[in-house]
Amino acid sequence: MGGRDTDVVLLDENGIRCDGRKINETRKVTIKAGVLKNADGSAYIEFGDNKILAGVFGPRDVHPKHMANTDTGILRCRYHMSPFSVTERKNPAPSRREIEISKVLKEALEPALILDQFPRTAVDVFIEILQADGGSRCAALDAASVALADAGIPMRDMVCACAAGKVADTVVLDVNNEEDQAGQADMPVGYMPNLDKITLIQLDGVLTCDEYKKCVETAIDGCKQVYEIQKKALTDKFFGNGGAQ
Amino acid sequence: MGHTSVLDDLKKSRILELLEQGKRTDGRGLEESRPLKIETGVIPKANGSARVFLGNTEVVTGVKVQPDRPFPDMGEKGIFICTAEILPLAHPDVETGPPSPEVIELSRVVDRGIRESGMIDLSQLVLEKDKSVIGVFADNSIIDVDGNLFDACSYASTAAILTTKIPKWEIKDDTPTKVEGESDAPITTIPVSITMAKINNHIIVDPNQDEWDVMDARITITTNSDGNICALQKGGESGFTYEELIKCGELSTKIGAQIRDIIKAGAQ
Repeated sequence: MGGRDTDVVLLDENGIRCDGRKINETRKVTIKAGVLKNADGSAYIEFGDNKILAGVFGPRDVHPKHMANTDTGILRCRYHMSPFSVTERKNPAPSRREIEISKVLKEALEPALILDQFPRTAVDVFIEILQADGGSRCAALDAASVALADAGIPMRDMVCACAAGKVADTVVLDVNNEEDQAGQADMPVGYMPNLDKITLIQLDGVLTCDEYKKCVETAIDGCKQVYEIQKKALTDKFFGNGGAQ
Repeated sequence: MGHTSVLDDLKKSRILELLEQGKRTDGRGLEESRPLKIETGVIPKANGSARVFLGNTEVVTGVKVQPDRPFPDMGEKGIFICTAEILPLAHPDVETGPPSPEVIELSRVVDRGIRESGMIDLSQLVLEKDKSVIGVFADNSIIDVDGNLFDACSYASTAAILTTKIPKWEIKDDTPTKVEGESDAPITTIPVSITMAKINNHIIVDPNQDEWDVMDARITITTNSDGNICALQKGGESGFTYEELIKCGELSTKIGAQIRDIIKAGAQ
């Protein structure tokens, strides 16, 4: 994707982006843990205009049974977009894109989970994109991680995610929908902040070696900002506002 | 939705025991609906949207409006389609994959109630006769399950449609082209469905999940703003007597009127 022609000024001479942000600023992020009554763990995230729910069930029996593993519990993940989540109505059946993202998210969460204590069981993570606005997979991963912690699944670390990208020849944090459409590169990154490990990384677009390095650094910086918000969502739920800081 | 276990048997006997005294497990009267809370405009990218809580049942509905081809035999009318999906995050027993017969029924009953009431004047949604019309799609996403999904989806769809703005299209070079401006959806009436369950010859309004699991039969009746019945669906393994059906009809008009006021206020 070389970046399409557009009338939008993506970056003005003062380094301000089309939605008024600075280059190293994320969109507004709010996360709430424990929003669903039936799920074992859940979270709701608003990441810019993204509105996403994540629900976690398990560890529980595996259906179909042949998927069960006698050595460890398994993680399953479904990323799904509501028909009304995007400008043109989306067919509710899972698309190839959604199936791929589901797999990528599962593999991004797996390293953080300790499932060998639960052989022959499954942990199911269901993610519903109620409204999409660019960077939905990162926001989905942020919500899923909080939902898993809310469900009390043993975890080595949280997984936080944020994208970086290249817009108007500049590396910027947290690419929004407009920048994704018209920009030059988009790199979603999932990161375990305490173990300092990247568990998700993808890239659309062309970057030089230096830009690549800058992009990863910028994304990790964004992940760390999101991590603080994730922690706050969990403390708010389990200790109430103003409990443990 | 539920396994048969000792707990279910205990719940059932408790429900029956209370019904004999004219009471329900959650303290409601037999003809009392759960609290209904409606928020609208929750999905700005949709043309209309609503989030509805019926007790602990929760639904998010988005309405999308876009040009489409008319149905072959309905060239002078726009299209209305309503769907429902129980998201797998809504309940531990929900599985992914193609919809079950129960969900297909749910989706069709909600669709029928709104369609048959003539809520949207589809004749005003024609761009070019037989060729191009405006389609209104109301998609219900159920995100928490506690029984009576029929009414929760119906209220959410209705509220979402009431807040829907229809963008403007004109035919240019044989294709619909979006132009400046939008209008309110052409609304003629406000349909309200009331679902009632029959348990041991008692009729109860708005069954919660525990009641849903033990009911003998159910009936969903939709009325329009004039209090006329415009759609009806019976379900479950048992049947209703004539007297019961008359009673259910009266209840649906009476309670429907109360619910209609809540939907109207919520969609302001």
